[in-house]
Amino acid sequence: MSQPIELQKDETFVLNVGPQHPATHGVLRVKMTMDGEYIYKAETVLGYIHRMHEKMAENRTYPQYMPNMGRLDYLSAMAFNHGYALVVERACGIEVPERAEYIRVITVELNRISSHLVWLGAYVLDLGGFTPLMYCFDDREQILDLLESVTGSRLTYCYFRFGGLYNDIDDEFITGTRAFIIRMRKELKMYAKLVTGNIILMKRLQGHGIIDKDMCQRYGATGPVARGSGLNYDVRKNEPYSVYPELDFDIPVNDGCDSYARYLVRMEEMEQSLRIIEQALDKLPEGPVNPEKKPKLIKPPSGDYYAAVETARGNFGIRLVSDGGKNAYRLKLRSPTYSNMHLFDEACRGMLLADALAFMGSLDLVIPEMDR
Amino acid sequence: MSIQQTTIQALGELFSDQASAENGAEKEAETGGEVDKSDQPRQNGIIEQDYRTKGFHLDVKISADQLVRASQILFELGYFLESITGVDWIKEEQLETDYDFSRYDFDLCRVVIRVRTPRTDPHLPTITTVYTGANWHEREAHDFFGIIFDGHPHLIPLLLPEDADFHPLLKDFKA
Amino acid sequence: MSLTLLNVVLAVFIAICFVGANAAYLVWCERKGAGFYQRRPGPMENGWWGLLQPPIDGVKLMTKQLLIPGGVDKAIFMVAPVLAMFPALISFVTIPFSDNIVAHPIDVGVLVIFAFAALGGMSLLVAGWGSRNKYSMISSVRAVSQTVAYEIPLLITTITIVMISGSLNLGDIVQQQLDGFLSWNVWPLHKEVGFNLLMPVSFLILFVCSVAETNRAPFDLGEAESELVAGFHTEYSSMGFGLFFMGEYANIVIGSCLITILFLGGWSCPFGDLGIFPFTHNVGWFLLKIYLIIFVFIWIRWTFPRTTIYGLLNLSWKYLIPISLFNLLLTAGLLKVF
Repeated sequence: MSQPIELQKDETFVLNVGPQHPATHGVLRVKMTMDGEYIYKAETVLGYIHRMHEKMAENRTYPQYMPNMGRLDYLSAMAFNHGYALVVERACGIEVPERAEYIRVITVELNRISSHLVWLGAYVLDLGGFTPLMYCFDDREQILDLLESVTGSRLTYCYFRFGGLYNDIDDEFITGTRAFIIRMRKELKMYAKLVTGNIILMKRLQGHGIIDKDMCQRYGATGPVARGSGLNYDVRKNEPYSVYPELDFDIPVNDGCDSYARYLVRMEEMEQSLRIIEQALDKLPEGPVNPEKKPKLIKPPSGDYYAAVETARGNFGIRLVSDGGKNAYRLKLRSPTYSNMHLFDEACRGMLLADALAFMGSLDLVIPEMDR
Repeated sequence: MSIQQTTIQALGELFSDQASAENGAEKEAETGGEVDKSDQPRQNGIIEQDYRTKGFHLDVKISADQLVRASQILFELGYFLESITGVDWIKEEQLETDYDFSRYDFDLCRVVIRVRTPRTDPHLPTITTVYTGANWHEREAHDFFGIIFDGHPHLIPLLLPEDADFHPLLKDFKA
Repeated sequence: MSLTLLNVVLAVFIAICFVGANAAYLVWCERKGAGFYQRRPGPMENGWWGLLQPPIDGVKLMTKQLLIPGGVDKAIFMVAPVLAMFPALISFVTIPFSDNIVAHPIDVGVLVIFAFAALGGMSLLVAGWGSRNKYSMISSVRAVSQTVAYEIPLLITTITIVMISGSLNLGDIVQQQLDGFLSWNVWPLHKEVGFNLLMPVSFLILFVCSVAETNRAPFDLGEAESELVAGFHTEYSSMGFGLFFMGEYANIVIGSCLITILFLGGWSCPFGDLGIFPFTHNVGWFLLKIYLIIFVFIWIRWTFPRTTIYGLLNLSWKYLIPISLFNLLLTAGLLKVF
């Protein structure tokens, strides 16, 4: 159904989707060349919210740069915190206490669920269903309240410190999180009934927005986009960091390659994150959250270092080139949606506008993270 | 044979005429990050790095004309391109371009390919013919460092404004 | 003659008031309903339970600047909102609210309503074309193909009812459904046609078609806000937008009036005329029925995601039209037999 006609190259017009368009959820602009309602090609124009975070890294000391991480991906800020902390700890050889590692995992996974909830609500909103958005934001509010109580902020977290954390969690947080897990499991069942099984939704997603394995490899797609194409790739498993190897969880993979496969992967990921949080809370050891001995001034020895973490959207890589000074010589941020969005042009050709926007939603774009 | 060995062997084809250089590079693996500090520029070759301290496994330095072949070898071995970025070594009058590769399967092996070009006239061949996704990464590197990728289909500013003629990540850039 | 004219003018005046009040308070109902489905209270600030919200919204709309973008086709641009509102108002003239509350009982009332409904589709086309905006353009093309696709099953279903009743007069159609709820056209058992299983299906078809005709979710492809920004009324501000808005709600009311009259026995009491006040045939039953149907409209809108244009057209051309045609033939045959 998505490619019924041969598109006429010379009978096209250009439709500007964005930079202000309800479906792009941010300042993304896509110049679509259309033949009627069919897309002939789509050129993405980035940079509307480009802030040159990489140059900022060269002008700030390492701890000063930590808050920038929350400004990259505002929905999954905790994982970005983790990536940056990881690369600096790797470079300086700082040991992280076990309790801190567990708390890191708990907060990152809570943040992952809240990010997926925003995606779910916004995605169904893209498809024209308004109500799930409200349910999702209601659930997300619980997470924000929990995280606010330990990190002090609701969105752009700056919670991690090199070697540890800003703050220890308290019993209130633990009981609150346990209550949230029970609540969220119920809610996920409700979403499965309300959204996942909806016939209109299934018809709109199944068979649309096909991304195969080869395309993933050529573009370097990661995260739920790659897992929705049958690639069993998750940095938490493939390149274990923190205490993830000690926790028992599955990586949902779906061979569908279409928008619905990516949808199912994200829904299942929320369940797995709940499992991770539950286990981490059970195993949470006593002890300090900051290392006893930590260099006063963070000055990684010269050389280059790499660290990757799994954010809600995929593989966030961070390359640090140090010349031994107190600022980074070069810091490269490899953001997941940058690669995921890149394949949009190739995959959307011949699709109807409505399907293409549904496909764009299934990539789960966060524009500040793409533009950096 | 682990994927790391396979990759070294496959990439070894690039250095067959300079086997001695490669041997020299292998020895340097012990010292790891000390390479950059030495006064002499690093020879082309492969260095095996310690993953725990560096975060990647293979550190490959090649020349610009070997780049397309090297990425082809990695593509056939199942690597995907994570990112392309530059580093401005202003003291050495050189621009380094780093290509990060990783794998989808559980044979963990991260490969970094480094190419150095003169700072005044940085030209590299494009690898969009091998990795379609290199398109945006190369445009970004062009934006930030002014590296010109010959043969790139659409080398216009991506993240910077359309009419940008400056390259903000160069060390001598003044805002 | 002069009396009839006076009648019509009066009726239009009352209709404007009715439609205005309805549109305003249907918005309130819609927002309260949405709030109910979404675990939130909805408008609460102005008046008791937000009851003053609609007039305040109205004042806001009227006092806003009427912006006419450069490059639009001015005449067409200005005409479109009027075209959206006007047919809806005229249609009220022929609708019988009870056996004596009707502005002007036209013998071809059904035809009048459909003729003006087609004009409503026209307003979307004109608005989209006049706006000179690509999104509006796509939207208006969609809206027209949607209107064409759904007018056909709507008409065929109505013809089925007209054949059973033998009249195009809306009042007459109700008159035949006054013997309790079993005599309503929605049931398969009917004294004219014997046993016709497809009647409830026809009712559903009519319902789906009126959702589509009024551009309501899940068929709101004309204004699909996540694809086409706001569709045909992207460029409209102030009361231009307000008229479209009121036109939409007026159309909902007309759609549910039509469903009530054709299938649910109009103003008839479901238990037959018992002679004691609420249980007589009166306008209260009519209003109750149309507001129940409107409630279902709202319910559907806040529950389902939007379909796509080809899904919508497929539904009409592949399912609704063949089924309604089949029902038309079946009814004709049954009428001949009984």
